[in-house]
Formats: sequence, C-alpha cells, structure tokens
Amino acid sequence: MKRLVVGAHYGLRDWLAQRITAAIMAAYTLILAGVLLNKAPITYSVWKDLFAQGWMRVATLLFAASLAWHAWVGVRDILMDYIKPDGLRLTMQVGTLLLLAVYVGWTVQILWR
Amino acid sequence: MASASAKKIRPKYLSLPAILFEIRLPVPGWVSILHRISGAWLFFPFAAWLLYLLDKSLQSEQGFQYVKTQYLALPVVKLCLLVFIWSFSHHFCAGIRYLLLDIDRGVDLKTARVTSWIVIVAGLALTAFFGARLW
Repeated sequence: MKRLVVGAHYGLRDWLAQRITAAIMAAYTLILAGVLLNKAPITYSVWKDLFAQGWMRVATLLFAASLAWHAWVGVRDILMDYIKPDGLRLTMQVGTLLLLAVYVGWTVQILWR
Repeated sequence: MASASAKKIRPKYLSLPAILFEIRLPVPGWVSILHRISGAWLFFPFAAWLLYLLDKSLQSEQGFQYVKTQYLALPVVKLCLLVFIWSFSHHFCAGIRYLLLDIDRGVDLKTARVTSWIVIVAGLALTAFFGARLW
C-alpha cells in the first residue's frame, strides 16, 4: 500500500537536529569543565587567555549556535503544548527566535571584541 | 453504549494544574517534566544571565574581579547560581538518558525506573559538587 505523507514533515529533521546539537553541547561542556577544573583557581589572565584561543572561540560559537537551534525546537514544543491562543503563541515564538538571535549576536560580540 | 470509565473527564493537556493535582507521575514522568522545566529556565533567564557574566568577566580585570569577588559573593546570586547548576546538571543527565532511550537502551520498565532515579540523584550530586567548589 502506498501511503500519502502529508504535513510539513519537518518533525524528523528537528528531532535529529535537537539530538545532534545536544551532543555538541555535551562535548563542549565536558571539555570546558575539564579545562576549568584542571586550571583552578581561575584568575583573570587564565580566563582571558582561555577565550583568546582560536579553537575556544570557534567551539564557544558552535555551542551558542547549537544552543539556539536546540532551544528553538524545545521552546517551540513547550509553546505548542501550553499556549493555546494562536496569536499569543505566534508572538511568543517570534519573541523566542529574536531572543535566540540576540544570544548568538551577543556571543560573537563577546568573543571577538 | 459508552462505559462509565470512558466518560471520566481526563486532563487533555499537560497543564500545570493537571500535573500537580490530576496526574500522579511515576519517576520517569518526573524526570521528563523536570527536563522540560530546567530546559525552559536554561533558555530564559539563565542563558542571558550567563552571557552577561561572560561579557562582564572578559571585559576587563576590574570586571572579572567584580564578578568573582563581589557579584558572585552575594547570597541571592549564589542561590541563583545553584538553581542554574541544578538545571544544567539535570537537563544534561536526563538528556543523555533520552539519547540512550532513542537508541533503545533501557526501554523496559524496570531499567527505565532505575535510570530515572540515577538521573535525579546525579543531578543533585553534581549540584552539590559544583556548588561546594564555588562556595
């Protein structure tokens, strides 16, 4: 039997993206926790030098981008579950996207100052 | 003819009153709703707060010292930091459990309950560990 698949079918892509971004953030967290525990006590020069390194900047930006995508899927799920009026939900979804864009922009600004 | 049980009014959505008063959650259910709540908190306000701290602490030596010795020394700020650490730890541990469930590891009831307890305890233990280090 041939089934006609209907709907926007972005579900699998978002589900997969949420998991891949989760794995990226988990790896970053473990590396950062390891580095910080290893370099303790953290002084300004240790902190500054850590984020001055190219790999750390790129990894942190990758983390921020992953967080934005991951949180978009998660927050959208929450809004779809609890916010029933369409207008309010759409407003909050747009607000979520704007806030996540601000987060990424702010991260870039902090890292490449 | 519809039976009596079919007419019983059930919570249609996972509304907060439904979660608190109508649904008696098993342990995996608690892990799930706490994963959701911690995730929402991490999105806002914690992500914004962390970016503020990162911004301030990388701006200058004074900014770093202010964050480390003054701002993070405030009891209310420390309490917020603890809530953040718990949110992150729980979300992290529960997330790994979901990744394992996705590849069909620990799906049977008994294992699922055991891993749920592990997630809850690990989240609290990590909070205690990092909380103690930051104090």
